[in-house]
Amino acid sequence: MGQAYSYTLGTHTYKFNNLAQLMAKATPQRSGDRLAGVIAQSAQERAVAQMALADVPLKTFLNEVLIPYEDDEITRLIIDEHDANAFMAIAHLTVGDFRNWLLSDFATPAVLASIRQGITPEMAAAVSKIMRNQDLILIAKKCHVTSAFRNTIGLPGHLSTRLQPNHPTDDINGIAACMLDGLLYGNGDAVIGINPATDNVAQAIKLMTLMDDVIQKYEIPTQSCVLTHVTNTIECIEAGAPVDLVFQSIGGTEATNSSFGFNLNTLAEAQDAALSLKRGTVGNNVMYFETGQGSSLSANAHHGLDQQTCEARAYAVARKFNPLLVNTVVGFIGPEYLFDGKEITRAGLEDHFCAKLLGIPMGCDVCYTNHAEADQNDMDNLLTLLGVAGCSFVMGIPGSDDIMLNYQTTSFHDALYVRRVLGSRPAPEFEAWLSKMKIMQSTSDITLSDTLPPAFAKPLGAITGGGS
Amino acid sequence: MKSSSKQSTPLDNSVNEHKNNGNVVHNPWSDLRRFTDARIGLGRAGISLPTSEMLAFQLSHAQARDAVSFPLDINEMTEQLGSISALKEVAPPLHLHSQATDRVTYLQRPDLGRKLNDNGRQILLSYMNKQKHTTQAKYDLAIVVVDGLSSLAVQKNAYPFITELLTHLTTDKQFKIAPITLVEQGRVAIGDDIGELLNAQVVMVLIGERPGLSSPDSLGLYLTWEPKTGLNDACRNCISNIRPAGLPYAEAARRALYLLREAKKLKLTGVNLKDRTQDDVIEHQVSTTNFLIAE
Repeated sequence: MGQAYSYTLGTHTYKFNNLAQLMAKATPQRSGDRLAGVIAQSAQERAVAQMALADVPLKTFLNEVLIPYEDDEITRLIIDEHDANAFMAIAHLTVGDFRNWLLSDFATPAVLASIRQGITPEMAAAVSKIMRNQDLILIAKKCHVTSAFRNTIGLPGHLSTRLQPNHPTDDINGIAACMLDGLLYGNGDAVIGINPATDNVAQAIKLMTLMDDVIQKYEIPTQSCVLTHVTNTIECIEAGAPVDLVFQSIGGTEATNSSFGFNLNTLAEAQDAALSLKRGTVGNNVMYFETGQGSSLSANAHHGLDQQTCEARAYAVARKFNPLLVNTVVGFIGPEYLFDGKEITRAGLEDHFCAKLLGIPMGCDVCYTNHAEADQNDMDNLLTLLGVAGCSFVMGIPGSDDIMLNYQTTSFHDALYVRRVLGSRPAPEFEAWLSKMKIMQSTSDITLSDTLPPAFAKPLGAITGGGS
Repeated sequence: MKSSSKQSTPLDNSVNEHKNNGNVVHNPWSDLRRFTDARIGLGRAGISLPTSEMLAFQLSHAQARDAVSFPLDINEMTEQLGSISALKEVAPPLHLHSQATDRVTYLQRPDLGRKLNDNGRQILLSYMNKQKHTTQAKYDLAIVVVDGLSSLAVQKNAYPFITELLTHLTTDKQFKIAPITLVEQGRVAIGDDIGELLNAQVVMVLIGERPGLSSPDSLGLYLTWEPKTGLNDACRNCISNIRPAGLPYAEAARRALYLLREAKKLKLTGVNLKDRTQDDVIEHQVSTTNFLIAE
């Protein structure tokens, strides 16, 4: 498939059989590509592959698809919906030139927004492979992507959080306790999103109702989501449940998504159903997607591509359905795909960059598992870097410990840390609510009230038999 | 308040209660920990974690890291599983191994953990050959016990869960259960190889889930209809977090029995088999009324 590439260094000529192989070998080192057998065989081969990739014209990605058009609906989506007019401004560039162009002063936020639909996921992946971490941060910061439902996510200078009140048995008061904890630490503006302990339509409806009751009673300008399979959520909507956002994990190949049990039509059906409820107040972005490098390989559906390229292709799926939130769950998949803190950090920055370049409202689950070579310090580093890069949202969970999914992600405290050191603020509608409810003394320098906010003192007093 | 003692809540790990000297703001809602093991109400120094909570977390992480490398005690497990009275008509447990030779390989090569090694394949083939002389060997269910990422989970929970499950299953004499297989360095999909070789209609894999900070002993259950090599996860149903402090054995067994019954009826597992054990939700928690919305 496709032409071969070569690059001569001194007397030695390196050969790459096709574009997919060139992309894979140019990818910064990670365990998943080694597992797939597509990794560069030496550090020098990788560096040379990056040089060869830098010489590839961007137009090549339109003519040489990595997975055949006939075999994969995501390839068809990418090719069929490519905007040739938006592409004109960069059509003459190679991958290497594209990096320079993106870094240049000419590439302002407005210019970057105007070419979005002309960039394919493969172009974004290719240019990211020849970037350093600081390039990924600098350019992502210039890509402004906003979305809205009951509040506005992704405005420059803002960082939102998903409040993730998971409980191993979906205990109603256990979940409510985590919601209270998160809200009183100023978290939850991206979404209040529960991963249910067991896949069950009735339980999903129960959890949606629980969150909706709390959001309505306290008039919280945020949205809720139960992270159950898209087909379950469609059933919930049919049953009249209060569905704000439709969730689905997505991958970058049709075979990956079919292993997840859905296709593009399923997502379209779900989006239509959610839109018909008209529950958004300031916007109509009703989808919440999660992604993560390694999912295609894990499903044996990667077609010989490197994992970062597969990941970027998932953003074509996301882009099609105008999501409120897309979340790369970067360290959840485990050390066989991202071995240590260094690989997790790199992947998180790549995913955020590629998504923002393509116009996706990207947040990041800055996380790790207990079998990976990573710890809290690695998470502090990535969180800070993503905050600088203008990441749309991160997770917020009590004490970094997800007692249902068994991994560590960022805590409510972590969100306040990054907001304070970087001066980034919650979504404006939510920020106003935090002030009104007297949860924060000051939302500009991120200080919390020393006393229990009055609206919460009463229910707490009733349950604890005294309050304070 | 803190004496509302749960066993091993993360906070009990705290070695030192650091004196706050006025620098720590405590959260008046820390009492809500009676509803959840989540680390709520930790208080704050400025907007950051107080010292004792930060150090308690570090200790938990250290313990979870150690749990990943904890090896499965094969002898003890074989003895336990062999003693289940409901299985006295069934051959003793078979001990198998994946193609991942050790823990380090296992962590980096999930593909090897999904495949049975040659020796294991031979064990199953020769077992099945022996059965052919008696009747046409075909099983309704094969239970596969796999160490996964937490052998601690398997060691603690597999025996009591299987015992509970089988008290309900074996009331039906028509239901034929294959000998239990015990697998080292395995992943979920290794059940496909095993189920296929045992000619089982359904395979139930019980596997140690990735150890959590506060739950290093979660057991996962995966059910796959007509197992054969090469199936993907859309073909499976999962019940997660089986352990006394998570989903108790009786409840997990009830859901597993429901899924087994439905699988047999629909002749499939996976995304098209929805877990509609609604009764349990209703029994369990009558409404969504919680303290935040109570009048």
